Amino acid sequence: MSTTDTQLDLWEVFIQSRPGSHYTHAGSVHASDNQMALQNARDIYTRRNEGTSIWVVPAKYVTASNPEDAGMFFDPSNDKMYRHPTFYKMPEGAKQI
Amino acid sequence: MTQQEALYKYLLRLGDNALIQSYRLSEWCSRGPILEEDLALTNIALDYIGRAQNLLQYAAAIEGKGHSADHLAYRRAEHQYYNNLITEMPRGDFAYTIVKQLFISTFEFLLYTELCHSKDEAIAGIAGKAIKEVRYHWTHSRDWCYRLGKGTAFSNDKLQQAVNDLWMYTGEQFEMGAEEEMLSAEGIAFDNKALQSKWLEMVSTVLTASNIQIPTESYMQTGGRKGVHTENMGHILAEMQYLQRAYPDATW
Repeated sequence: MSTTDTQLDLWEVFIQSRPGSHYTHAGSVHASDNQMALQNARDIYTRRNEGTSIWVVPAKYVTASNPEDAGMFFDPSNDKMYRHPTFYKMPEGAKQI
Repeated sequence: MTQQEALYKYLLRLGDNALIQSYRLSEWCSRGPILEEDLALTNIALDYIGRAQNLLQYAAAIEGKGHSADHLAYRRAEHQYYNNLITEMPRGDFAYTIVKQLFISTFEFLLYTELCHSKDEAIAGIAGKAIKEVRYHWTHSRDWCYRLGKGTAFSNDKLQQAVNDLWMYTGEQFEMGAEEEMLSAEGIAFDNKALQSKWLEMVSTVLTASNIQIPTESYMQTGGRKGVHTENMGHILAEMQYLQRAYPDATW
């Protein structure tokens, strides 16, 4: 049995905190169109000066990995130390490479 | 009337419009149609309270009696408030609030665009900050007019009803008082009357695109700018001023 869904479509919100940096998933909003999704995201996630740019993406277009596949997807990487760049010497004065 | 007195009254008028509009919008807190819109409306209310604070602070400085912005906001009597009547109208249903915001934001967009060039630096500064907020308020209410107007027959009806009911409160925004005549001649204020045709054009464009008829009624309510208010104002002040009246000078 299903009840009528009175919520609008779900959109995922990504915020860029300063120009040039990557977009981080902030949460989601309900909206009936892309402009409304942008405005709602702006009102909910950037009220305290958190952002300089926003992406909104319809949640239905997000493809998520299946929890049942977690073993196959992620376990093989947890014993391969050599994939971590920990064997490099940091050049003097460099904060990151 | 000296220029100082004119400026004081003009700042009260701008400040009172922001204060009372903020009060009405804040009534939507926890009553919005969806969570997102609840936050959107209260965000707009917060923009207005910030603007009211700036304007009333400046008004208090011009008055020169050592009053604070809070004193002006919470200690005046009803007839000493000069906001337009449209701001004190009840919040009504959602369509009513949206139409009210569109009518007010369109006027504010035109006015504050001009006030950015005011010869009074403090007014120009406040206007520069306000105009960014106003552009967002305007866009927000315009988009909701499109959605409601072109939504269902029911939502279109609600929107049309709100437009019809509020239309007679729109004319007051363009009135000019003696103090505004004086200040606009000095390049400090701006001639409200000169904004009317552009306002009608902007509002008509949005309403027509929302499948709404533009009212032809020309009778306009007036009074707020002279301190003569509707019965709503007393109720607003009774609640808004309660704390400062019961506990004068109360602080956090």
